[in-house]
Amino acid sequence: MLFDVRLPIGLLFLAIGLLVGGYGVLGPATLSAGVNIDLIWGGVMAAFGALMLVLAALAKRGRLDPPPEDQT
Amino acid sequence: MKLGAVDWGVIALYLIFVLGIGIVSARRAKSGNDFFLAGRAIPAWVCGLAFISANLGAQEVIGMGASGAKYGISTAHFYWIGAIPAMVFIGVFMMPFYYGSKARSAPEYLRMRFDEKTRALNAVTFALMTILNSGISMYALAKLIQTLHVFDGPFAALGLPQAWIFHGAILTAAAVVLVYIYMGGLRGAIYNEVLQFFLIVAGFAPLVWLGLRQVGGWHGLQTTLGPSYTHAWAGMAHATTNKLGVDWFGLSMGLGFVLSFGYWCTDFLVVQRAMAANSMSAARRTPLIAAGVKMFIPFIVILPGLIAIALTSAPDHPGKASVPAVRAGEIVQHDPGVIPIKIDSTTGKPMLDARGEPQLDYDLATPNLLLRYFPIGMVGVGLTALLASFMSGMAGGVTAFNTVFTYDIYQAYIRREAPDAHYLMVGRLATLFGIAASVAAAYLCSQFNNINDFLQLVMAFVNAPVFATFLLGMFWKRTTGHGAFIGLAAGTITAAIHHGLTLPVNDMAGLKGGWLGVTHTYASEMAQNFWIAIWAWSACFIVTIAVSLVTRPKPQGELTGLVYSLTPKIVRENGPWYMRPVLLGVIMLTLTVILNLIFR
Repeated sequence: MLFDVRLPIGLLFLAIGLLVGGYGVLGPATLSAGVNIDLIWGGVMAAFGALMLVLAALAKRGRLDPPPEDQT
Repeated sequence: MKLGAVDWGVIALYLIFVLGIGIVSARRAKSGNDFFLAGRAIPAWVCGLAFISANLGAQEVIGMGASGAKYGISTAHFYWIGAIPAMVFIGVFMMPFYYGSKARSAPEYLRMRFDEKTRALNAVTFALMTILNSGISMYALAKLIQTLHVFDGPFAALGLPQAWIFHGAILTAAAVVLVYIYMGGLRGAIYNEVLQFFLIVAGFAPLVWLGLRQVGGWHGLQTTLGPSYTHAWAGMAHATTNKLGVDWFGLSMGLGFVLSFGYWCTDFLVVQRAMAANSMSAARRTPLIAAGVKMFIPFIVILPGLIAIALTSAPDHPGKASVPAVRAGEIVQHDPGVIPIKIDSTTGKPMLDARGEPQLDYDLATPNLLLRYFPIGMVGVGLTALLASFMSGMAGGVTAFNTVFTYDIYQAYIRREAPDAHYLMVGRLATLFGIAASVAAAYLCSQFNNINDFLQLVMAFVNAPVFATFLLGMFWKRTTGHGAFIGLAAGTITAAIHHGLTLPVNDMAGLKGGWLGVTHTYASEMAQNFWIAIWAWSACFIVTIAVSLVTRPKPQGELTGLVYSLTPKIVRENGPWYMRPVLLGVIMLTLTVILNLIFR
């Protein structure tokens, strides 16, 4: 693999999550169906991004992803 | 709806990352093998997610939401009956021949198995249809963006007329996809598809969550909409007792067998993702991993439709009162519900159905729900999801097109012997040409109202029989090239004749069928489609066998690795359970049965 695709995914989700979540805290509080969705979902996206980055880091140290095998 | 700076920020971040992935991937796109097959070095889970993403285009996201609003949870049949079994079949049974034959494309497999003319027929029709499809999808996205009025502000600020939003949407999306495929080839497309997959989920999952909160959860939907919307198998014994207008046999044979296997097991857009995998085992697991995710996609693409119709059709529903009123001229002008009434673009008046009731514009179900419930910030995430789905669908088509064009048309008929670098250049130029042709097709759609329906019809005629050819080719060593070719032609002609002789109820003879005289009326257009497919497949199957029996087959020595009975079997599956294709296949089918039981 050229690079671990979890890296850009992690970075993008972290960036979008912080941006939208930050807006949910600092911007005018808008409630949709009774919840501050910017804050909640921004948080979820940032957490997912961080998880992807951790997985990418673990894979780089060889703790994940068994080597590709061929059965034929 | 006005976009805020945060929304623009999210969209900009997305575009930067997508282009960045293309640019980084370009470092490894130095040979034909790299550009067209991603060096056959991609892990199974990446291929699997790309496999789904390439099929989760904007048309699907919008169309499934629309169907959900119109037909309810029965729309999930397109996944649970119309995709999963076929995805399991290709992973377990067919992938050994696709991957093992070392063919670089599906048409190339047909040349190795049959002959040049069968390959040519498949390659040319596939290339044409893929480009037209991508154009239709592009047109749909641009039209949608124009209808949503989200970019009105910036265009007005720049002094550009509103009509330019359509051009802007088409050209921007096309340019971005062009850059990342031109530079990164299939690897760029696949990496981006994985990113886009997660973005699509991130955009639509919270919409479903908010929507369900608003309508009182799944139970609230059941009470508001009734059993015909919330049970997938209710009334399927007869075509007249369910919303789809199809009985269980037409559904399982037409959709579940012919159309589904025809698409998931033979379409190169799909097969190419698995061919990029880093081993035979990974290639086989690609569609199986995809199936594991695919079966849950209805919950993010179909449920928004059900939620939208619940909020539109239930004026007394408690959820309705808290929906903020839409200001005139904003999103919806004629209807206070989420789904607006369909307006005839020529007369400006509401369109009426056969009973004189105003028709709803179901295509706006998901997008309007998104604009209704997402505040500034999340709107950016939602629009990015829409944009991501569009780009992943289009990139899927373009990468399949450039490969088929280069290897099956250019190398086969224009220049046979050339250095690898030459074909790499041709592939890049084919990318450019393919995208330009898609843009042209999109404008064609905007010029002629009916062309979209017409193109989809022709595609249905050509696609319906093709699975019979691959099935016989892979599993009956006696099948001949003449048999395959004549069978395919017979299937397509049968499809056209069946269409000419039948008509959905309440439709006029013409583009909807009956142009040879009406001998049978179907309860719905969907039923007609499914039965056309069944007839076309059967004709192709029978004619291929008949012609094969009177023509000379290829010597068996040439068919090793291409036909089931002449290929050494993969006897033992190593590794943990999640690495074993057959076991994974059984798990996926069991889960699908459970989902069908839950939503029966």
